[in-house]
Amino acid sequence: MSILEFVRVTLSRIRSTLHPRRVDEDFRKELASHLELLTEDNIRRGMTPAEARRQACLRLGGVDQLSEINLEMQGLPFIETLIQDTRYSWRVLRKSPGFAVTAVLTVALGIGASAVVFAALNAIILRPLNVPQPESLYSIHRSDTIAVQSYPDYLDLRDGNRSFEDLAAYNLELVGLDTDDNPSRAWGIATSGNYFDVLHIQPYLGRLFHASDEHGLNSAPYVVLGYGYWQARFHNDPGVIGLTIQLDKHPFTVIGVTPHQFRGTLLIASPDFFVPIVNQEQIDATNVLNDRGNRNAIFMTLGHLKPGVTPAEAAADVNSIWSDLVKRYPKDHMPSTFVLGRPSLYGDRLGRPMRAFLFALMLLALLILVAACANLGTLFAARAADRSREVALRLALGARRLRILRQLFTEALLISSAGGALGLWGGLLLLRSLRTWQPFPQWPINIPITPDAKVYAAAVVLIVVSGLLFGAVPVRQVLRTDPYEIVKAGSRTTASRSITIRDLLLVGQISICAVLITASLAAVRGLEHSLHSNFGFEPQNAMLVNTVLDMAGYRGDQVPAMQKRLLESIRAIPQVTSVALVDLPPLNGGVRGGPIFRDETTDLRPANAAATADMMKVSPDYFRTAGTALFDGRDFSWHDDKDAPRVAVINEEFARKIFGSAANSVGRYFKIQDGTRIQVVGVAEDGKYENLTEDPTAATFLPILQSPTSDSWLVVRSGADTQSLATAIKQRLKELDSGLPSFIQTWNSAMALPLFPERMATAALGVLGLIGAMLSVTGIFGMAAYSVGRRKKELGTRMALGAQSKQVLQAALGRSFRLLAVGSVVGLVLGIFASRVLASIVYHATSRDPLILAGAVLSMFLLGLLATWIPAQRALSFDPSVLLREE
Amino acid sequence: MATKSEILQGTLDLMVLKTLEAMGPLHGYGIALRLEQLSDQVLQVNQGTVYASLVRLVQKGWIRAEWGTSENNRSAKYYSITVRGRKQLAAEAEDWMRISGVIGKLLQLEPR
Repeated sequence: MSILEFVRVTLSRIRSTLHPRRVDEDFRKELASHLELLTEDNIRRGMTPAEARRQACLRLGGVDQLSEINLEMQGLPFIETLIQDTRYSWRVLRKSPGFAVTAVLTVALGIGASAVVFAALNAIILRPLNVPQPESLYSIHRSDTIAVQSYPDYLDLRDGNRSFEDLAAYNLELVGLDTDDNPSRAWGIATSGNYFDVLHIQPYLGRLFHASDEHGLNSAPYVVLGYGYWQARFHNDPGVIGLTIQLDKHPFTVIGVTPHQFRGTLLIASPDFFVPIVNQEQIDATNVLNDRGNRNAIFMTLGHLKPGVTPAEAAADVNSIWSDLVKRYPKDHMPSTFVLGRPSLYGDRLGRPMRAFLFALMLLALLILVAACANLGTLFAARAADRSREVALRLALGARRLRILRQLFTEALLISSAGGALGLWGGLLLLRSLRTWQPFPQWPINIPITPDAKVYAAAVVLIVVSGLLFGAVPVRQVLRTDPYEIVKAGSRTTASRSITIRDLLLVGQISICAVLITASLAAVRGLEHSLHSNFGFEPQNAMLVNTVLDMAGYRGDQVPAMQKRLLESIRAIPQVTSVALVDLPPLNGGVRGGPIFRDETTDLRPANAAATADMMKVSPDYFRTAGTALFDGRDFSWHDDKDAPRVAVINEEFARKIFGSAANSVGRYFKIQDGTRIQVVGVAEDGKYENLTEDPTAATFLPILQSPTSDSWLVVRSGADTQSLATAIKQRLKELDSGLPSFIQTWNSAMALPLFPERMATAALGVLGLIGAMLSVTGIFGMAAYSVGRRKKELGTRMALGAQSKQVLQAALGRSFRLLAVGSVVGLVLGIFASRVLASIVYHATSRDPLILAGAVLSMFLLGLLATWIPAQRALSFDPSVLLREE
Repeated sequence: MATKSEILQGTLDLMVLKTLEAMGPLHGYGIALRLEQLSDQVLQVNQGTVYASLVRLVQKGWIRAEWGTSENNRSAKYYSITVRGRKQLAAEAEDWMRISGVIGKLLQLEPR
C-alpha cells in the first residue's frame, strides 16, 4: 500500500471510529436490504416465504459476524487495543502504588538528567550560531596562543585572502557608559565597519554601521546597542536613536539596535553595544590600530567562506599570507600557524574542553539512564515472576503470548512516559532558573540554554527506548511460561540458585552507580585540593577594587598621580593592613604574555626570545599585599620611576629559564621587545597566572611608574568584615572622583573564574553521583524487598524450626549483599580508570587517593545498609505461626 | 510475502472493481449475484464476503457508496466506481494480464 493510500484509509478509519454506532447501524441496514432482495428473488423462484427467508440468511452468512468484521475493518484496532491495554495497566499499577511511584521516580531521574545534559550539549555544541548561513561562518585562530593579530595584520588578511567573502574583526571592550552623568560599566565590542554586513545582520531599530562609515581614526562616533542592553538600560525606548551617550567620557551617537535573536558571535557573552573599531582609541585611551606588533588588538577575525572553499584551503591561504607578513615585518612577528574554527566557542580554545566535558557528561547521564533501566528491568522481571500465575491463567484461557507481551510493554511505556514527563518538567525548571545565571559578577558571561524541538524529540526517543529496554527484560520469562505447570504447581516456584539475568542487571546497575560515586568523590576532593593549593598569592582576607581610569577621562600623567592618590586614600582606612595596585591580578582571565630576551641578544626578533613571560605592572608593596613571597632582593619603591634605571622582580621559573637558577639572578639584566635593558632586583615565588592547570610559567613584575597603565586593580588586605570595608572603599572613591566607575569584590569571589571549570565539573558530577546513589538504593531495596516477600514462607519455616535472626537475615538478604559487593568492586575499578579522564578537567583529581577509595567503599556499604534496612526489619518481624497458617 | 488469503482478497477486490466498471452502479446483492455468475470458486462460502471487499475499496477511495432505491422500490446502498478506481483498475488489469501472460507462456514450455 502506498503512503497516500495508507493515509486515506487511516483517515477514513478515524472518521468511522468517531461514530461507531452510526457505522454499525448503516451496515446492518445494508445487510437487511440485501436479505430482503435475496428473499424476494427466492420467493420468485417458488419458495415459501419462510423457506425463502431461511435460504437467504444461509447464503448471506451470519449478520452479527459480518457486522463484527465490518466494525473491525472500519475501526482502528491498534489504537483500541492500546487504550484497552493502557486502562488495564493503569488498574494494575494502581494496585501497587509503591512500585509505581518508585518506578516513575527512577525513570524521572534518568530521563531528567539526560534531557538537561542534552539540552546543554545542544545549545552549546550542536546548535549553530543564530546568524544567517551559520554553516559557512568561520573564525581564524592561532594554534599556539589565545591572541590573534594586530589591526594592520587584520587589514592585510582581509585584503590579501582569496577564501573569504569578506573578513570582519572585533575586540572586547569594557567601558564606562553614561547617558547623563551616571556612569556604569558596560561590555561591548569594537568591530570593523563591515562587521554587520559580513554577518548579514539587519537592524531591529535605526541603522547599523558599515565599512563606508569608516574615514580614518575616530571618524565614526556611532554606537549600536544590543537588544538585551537596550531593553534593560533604555526600557525598550525607541527614542534612543539619535541620542548621544558617553563612552569613557567620549560622545557617541546611538544609531541602531540589533535584533533580539542576535547575541553576537561568541556564545558565552552577548555584547551590550557595538562601536566601530576606528574609534577604538577613545575607549582604550591608547591607539593600537597602527601597532603591528600588538597581537591583542583583535580578539577575533571571522567571515563566511566563499562557496566551494574548504576550511583547510582557507587556512592554507591565511598561513601563506602570514608567512609573507613574518618575512616583511620580522621584528613584529613570530612564525605561527593558523587554523579555522567556529566563532561561537572561540575555535577550539573553549570549544575543545567544552565539547569534551559535555560529551563526557552526556555519557554519564546516559549511564544513569541505563542504570535506571537496569533497575526497572529487575523490578519488572520480579513482578512478571510474581504475576506468572495471572499470565498462565490468561494463556490457558486462550490469550496469545504476543498480546500479553504487548500489555506488559504498554505498562512499561506508561511508566517510562510518566517518569519521562516528570523528569523533563523538572529539567526544564532547572534550565529556566539557570537562564539568567551569571557565574561571574564581573564578566558578562551567560549562556541561556533554551530547549528546542531537538531536545523534546531526544527526550521522547529516550522515553520510548528506555521503556522498551526495561519492558523487554521479562519477555523471555513470559515466552517460556508453561500455563499447565504453573496452574498446577502455584506461583511459588522454588528460588533458583543459579545466576539470573536479574542478578546481572543488579550488578551492572550497582557498578554504574559505584563509578558515578567514585568519580564525584574524586571531583569533590580535587576541588578541595584546588581551593587550598598555592596560587602564588593569598586570596583570603583581600578585596579587589577595579577602576579603569581612562573610563573617567584620565590621560597621560594624570593617571599615575591619580593612582597614588587612590592608594593613599584607601591606606588611610583604619582597618586596612596594606594596599597595592596591579594592572590585572593573576588568574583573572587576562593575557599579558610578552617575549623576553637574554641581555646578550642583539637581534630582537620574536624567534630569538629566550622565553615568553607574563608581565604584571605593580605598585610598591604589592608582594606583601598580595601575599606573594619574595625570596631574594627587594620590593619596588616609589623611587623606581621614569628617571630611575629600569628594574623588575622575576619569579623563580623566569630565573631558571633565563639565568639557569634563582640563586644569583639579582643584579643581572634581561631585555624586552623594545630593547630596554631591565635589571632584576628581586625574585618572587612561582604562581598560577592564566589558569590553574598551567605548567610553571615565567612571570615578571614591573613597577607602574616605569610602565604606566590605566588599568588599575587595587588589592586591599584587611581582616575587617568585607561588607563594611567595601562601603568604606566606595566612600573614599566617591570623595576622590564621583564619576569613577568601580567594581569591588573579595579576591575569593574573583577566584570563581579560574575555579569555574572545576566547580562546574564538581557540581555536575556531584549531582550525577547523588542520582547514582539514589538509584542504587532503590535498586537494592527493590531486590531485597522482593526477595524477602517472595521467601516469606521459607523464612517463616526456618524461624519456626529455630533459626536465629542472624541466620534469617543471611538467608533473606545474603544474596542482595553479595551482589552489592560484586557490583561495588567492579564499579570501583572502573571508577579508577574513569578518573584519569576527570583529571584533565579537575586539577588534582585522582581516585588513587586512599581517602576516596575508602569513601566510595563506605558510601556503597552505607547505601546497601540503608536500602536493606526496611526489608530486613520486615524479615525479622515475621511471625512464623501466622505465616505458616497463611497458605 | 502476501499470504494466500491476501492474494484472494486482491483478486476479489479486482473483480468487484471490474464489475462496477462494466455494469455501472450496483448494490451489494447485485454485485454478489454477478460475481456468483462469473465464478462459483471465489464466493462459494457466502454472499456476505463481498462486503469486506466493498469496505476496503471505499476506504481506499476507489468506489463510492450512496443510498438509493432499487428497481422494486426498496432502499439499498448503491456502489459506483470513482475516477481513482478506474485508474487503479486499469493499472491492476494490466499487471494481471502481464503476469498471466508470463505464467501462461511458462506453462506452455515443452519439457526437453
